[in-house]
Formats: sequence, structure tokens, C-alpha cells
Amino acid sequence: MINQQVDTKQKSWLKVMTMGMWNDHPIFCMVLGICSALAITNRMDNAIAMGAGVTFCLVFSSFFISLFRNVIPARVRMLAYMVTIATFVICTDRFLKAYFPPISAAMGPYVGLIITNCILMGRAEAFASKSNPWLSVLDAFGCGIGYSFILILMALIREPMGFGTILGQRIMPQFWTNWVILTIAPGAFFLLGVYLWILRTLARKTE
Amino acid sequence: MNTTNPLIIFLASIFTHNIALVYILGMCPFIVISRNYKSAVGMGAAVIFVVTLTAMINWPIYWLLLVPLHSEILSFLIFIIVIAATVQFLEMVIERFFPPLQSSFGIFLPLITVNCIVLAVSLFMVLRNYSFIQTVAYSAGTAIGWALAIILMASIKEKLSLIGDIPSGLRGPGITMIIAGIMALAFMGFAGIITL
Repeated sequence: MINQQVDTKQKSWLKVMTMGMWNDHPIFCMVLGICSALAITNRMDNAIAMGAGVTFCLVFSSFFISLFRNVIPARVRMLAYMVTIATFVICTDRFLKAYFPPISAAMGPYVGLIITNCILMGRAEAFASKSNPWLSVLDAFGCGIGYSFILILMALIREPMGFGTILGQRIMPQFWTNWVILTIAPGAFFLLGVYLWILRTLARKTE
Repeated sequence: MNTTNPLIIFLASIFTHNIALVYILGMCPFIVISRNYKSAVGMGAAVIFVVTLTAMINWPIYWLLLVPLHSEILSFLIFIIVIAATVQFLEMVIERFFPPLQSSFGIFLPLITVNCIVLAVSLFMVLRNYSFIQTVAYSAGTAIGWALAIILMASIKEKLSLIGDIPSGLRGPGITMIIAGIMALAFMGFAGIITL
């Protein structure tokens, strides 16, 4: 009996986490938070830093929002969520400035813009404000990992084809001409459009 | 201090440095609201108003309050509170004094708090050391540029719905991204006109 209880409990938290990673997928299903997904993924190191930063902010803000969910009045909840999120974004910004100055300089204002990344607000409103802290952290972690995965997937195409490098190491053969278009906005739009097309088509097939 | 002519900043932020199509910001409403022309215009107008107003409030707060107190670290927190408060205030003013505007303009206001371009304008203004006049020109130009982009997008999508043989997997956000890509290419054509 006890074993069974543990089993169902484990199943539920595993489900919560994988829901965030795949089913409830932050970018492809809800099309939220794509500003940063497009703007900074022309280099792999920026994509990794952004993914880690968003995951960190998401986990901690979800934890605290869920902890205080019964105390925050409904009328000012948006403002309360924003202040919580902004606090952790400031931590992320300071951390990057101190330990990774080149990445911080390359990302510029996009670190600060994690505050208005719709994923953080979306998870706070849809999940953390209704569930206990433990499940909220798992959900946030799952979403953060899913989001980072997409950022890395974008960078994996954009950096080698746009700059001929990956993480600063040249990997493309000498004759390769860089596709400059992929490093700037239009390339990002086309690439995400094509990804969405492929994933939607695959999702429809499996249904 | 940055010495660029405010008029050049204004024009550059509409065309050559369009915030939606070059910096890729403000994308969530860009995809969701751009289904019809009328709501795109309402959203665009609301953004122009809020962005210009918040930048004008945030500039003195940053340079006259945070910098002398050496608390630049708090800028994100202060900016976001100012933005949320301004939006809330505008909502109340419109509800109370201009009820006819409510349906065409007011309903878009709550969405603006989480629109990245409002915060982005304040962050860029700090990053580029703009003076007050430059900030006004920059924020108005950026917001007009964004409104222009979303209105163009909504008009294209309305025409597109008349054709109607888009592959099913590409409908919705997929095709929006492809159109945005083509629009971004077209906006690159402005690149030579103004240099910042």
C-alpha cells in the first residue's frame, strides 16, 4: 500500500516535469517567450547562458510565488509576480556581469528582458499560483529545460551556418561561405517558422 | 553623452532599427493580436502611448534618482514597477473619463505590461546614454515602428486568409514567422538611408 502511494506520487511529479519539457512545450505549443529565442540564438554560448538564466529565474520565482500564493491578494498579483521575477533577473544579470563579461556584453538588454519573457509570467499564473512549491519547482524546471533545448536547437543551426563556428571553434570546411542572413533577424524568423512547421506536422501525425 | 540628432534617432528607430523586425522584440502580441486589422491598430496606438510615457518617466528616475544614489542595480525593479503602475493608472483614467475608448483601446492595456518593448525601450535608453530629448524621440520612434510592423502584418494576414491553401502544419504562428522574415528582409532595404 505504502509502495503504491509512493509510486503514484512519483508518477505525478515525473509527469509534471515531462509535461513542461514536451507536452506543454513553452515555445512550440504556446508560442511564448520567443523574443529572446530569436534574438540571441545566433551564438551557442549566448543560447546556453540565456537558457540557464531563464531556468534559474523560473525555478526560483515559481518557488516563491507558490510559497506565498495564499498571501498575495488577487488584485495586485501581477505586480507581485513581476517584482519576484525581477529580483531573480537582477541576480542573473549581476552573475553574468561578474563571471562572464563577454557574454553579458553580447546579450546586452536581453538579460533584463527575461522579466517580460511571457514564459515566466505564464507559468506563475497558470501553475505556481495554484500548486504547492515542490510541484511548482518541478514544473518550472521542466519548462526551463524545454526552453533551453529549443534555444540550443536554434543556435545549433544558426552559429555553424552563419559564422562557421560552434562555441567559437571553427567547424565548417574552408570552402564554406557564411550565410550572414542566418545571424540576423530574417534568418531567425525563417528558421523558427520552419521548425514550427515541422513540429506541427509531426504532432498532427502522432495524434 | 550621446550626441546623435534626435530626428535621426526618431527615423532610425522606425525604419532601419525597427524593434520588431531587427531586434525581434514584442513578438508575443505580434503573433497573437495580428489576426485582424482593427485590433492591430488599437494595440499599436496603446503601445505608442504607453512606451513614450513610461520612457519619459523612467529617464528622470534613472538619471536623477538612481545614479546619484548609486543604486543602478535596482533599475530593472524600478522600471517594471513604473511600467505596471502607469498601465494601471491609464486603465483607471480611461475607464473613468473616456468610456468610449474602452472597447477599442482600453482592453489592450493590461497586455502591455508584459510586452517586452516597453521595458526594452527603457533599457536601451540607459545603455545608449540618451539625453531626455533623445529618449523621447527614440521611444516615440520605436513604438511607431512597432505599430507599423504589427499593422502591416495584420493587413497581410487578412489578405492571406482569402487565399487559404496554406499547409495545415504551417497555419497560425508558422506562417506568421515566415511573413515576418520576408518583412524583415524588406526592412533591410532601408539600411543605407540612415546611419546611426
